[in-house]
Amino acid sequence: MTTYRELLQRTKSEISEVDARAAAALDGAVWIDIREADEWQEGHLPGAVHVPRGFLESRIEGVVPDKGTPVVLYCAAANRSAFAAKTLEELGYTSAHSLAGGFTDWKRNGGEIVMPRTLSPERRTRYSRHILIPEIGEEGQLKLLDSRVLLIGAGGLGSPASLYLAAAGIGRMGIVDADIVDETNLQRQVAHSLETLGTPKVDSAKRAIEALNPDVDVVTYRERLTSENVERILADGWDLIVDGADNFPTRYLVNDASVWHDIPVVHGSIYRFEGQVTVFSPHNGPCYRCLFPEPPPAELAPSCAEGGVLGVLPGIVGSLQTNEAIKLAAGIGEPLVGRLLLFDALATEFSEVRIERNPDCPVCGDHPTITEYIDYVEFCAR
Amino acid sequence: MTVVRVPPVLRSEAGGVREVEADGATVREVMEDLARRLPALGTRVYSDGELQPFVNVYVDGEDVRTRDGLDTPVGDTSTVILLPAMAGGR
Repeated sequence: MTTYRELLQRTKSEISEVDARAAAALDGAVWIDIREADEWQEGHLPGAVHVPRGFLESRIEGVVPDKGTPVVLYCAAANRSAFAAKTLEELGYTSAHSLAGGFTDWKRNGGEIVMPRTLSPERRTRYSRHILIPEIGEEGQLKLLDSRVLLIGAGGLGSPASLYLAAAGIGRMGIVDADIVDETNLQRQVAHSLETLGTPKVDSAKRAIEALNPDVDVVTYRERLTSENVERILADGWDLIVDGADNFPTRYLVNDASVWHDIPVVHGSIYRFEGQVTVFSPHNGPCYRCLFPEPPPAELAPSCAEGGVLGVLPGIVGSLQTNEAIKLAAGIGEPLVGRLLLFDALATEFSEVRIERNPDCPVCGDHPTITEYIDYVEFCAR
Repeated sequence: MTVVRVPPVLRSEAGGVREVEADGATVREVMEDLARRLPALGTRVYSDGELQPFVNVYVDGEDVRTRDGLDTPVGDTSTVILLPAMAGGR
């Protein structure tokens, strides 16, 4: 029979225990706090990731995919972390270490401590399926709650975007749209309903968002985006724009404003059975004018009102845009920058083309020639 | 034969089909062959020896403007995508 004390002693002799100085010298190490949630909430080491001991085996590969990466584990007094280091060794981690003295000694020696921001119990329940994902967790959810997203258009693309962004807990959402809900919208614009027919789309969308999630602060702009109002709207402070406009003048206006204000744009557009999605990240990748330096002639630029659109298509494309928006807001994954995703609903086929920043771009290029807003004449009927 | 993907707004110029075939070792030759087979489509995207500025042309996922333009080589198994901007969001 082995007692706990004997097991602990044996484990400690088999693993690497390092003091704070030696741990700090481990290049590129990931620091993992394996204590329980209530202990973590009373303060933790700066930069540490919280993986409670009970979830260590199941989550570690998500947190530290490369088993050669140095890992520093700590608990309160270096007992639980000794067993944890042993476990990581068994999982093939070649540089797993237990922090001697744990959190208690760290604090006693005057080490820096961070008090975590936490979610209320109600929010922890509402967002539990996000929090369970290691890439998001409580920290990622807090980032979503802190983010401010501006939606251009509350129509086909704006509908799924507004609903899924609301459900995800995006803290502040601005919606720009001058239109009124009519019967022809209901074939695809799922944020609106029979009850809101005849009302402004921004009010109808706000109602749908608030019915879904009261955490979201909705700011409505019942107007069409123009050179006159774009600066006023952007002055309200937005981290990200989701562009679901339905005409070229607005697309170019959104682009120019986003480049000058350095705000990423999640772009989506649809026609009949086909959609396009990309992310324009000013100065890190191409802008809309790099992709399409000039709009097509009017006869090649029919709107959905003229050409029609499969109802579910904006649902798919708007959801893909929302996926990009959530990733950008949470700071995770590979954004669709420099790649234009094409979706063909009839063939059920995705393809992707590479798009590059044009050094001669008139807006984001090295020597810009467009430096103030242009109000293009509305050449395509809505 | 190279497959040329036709965008929805240009399908009426291509008899309603999503893909057409054209021959050529460069983008220029493919465009000229396309203009011969389907003059309505060809002139929409290529006229007076130039690509129309509002249509992007991709060979195997690469924008020909970032390659050698009309001289960009096209292989037998290449896919050429013609892509004008779409504005629709509603």
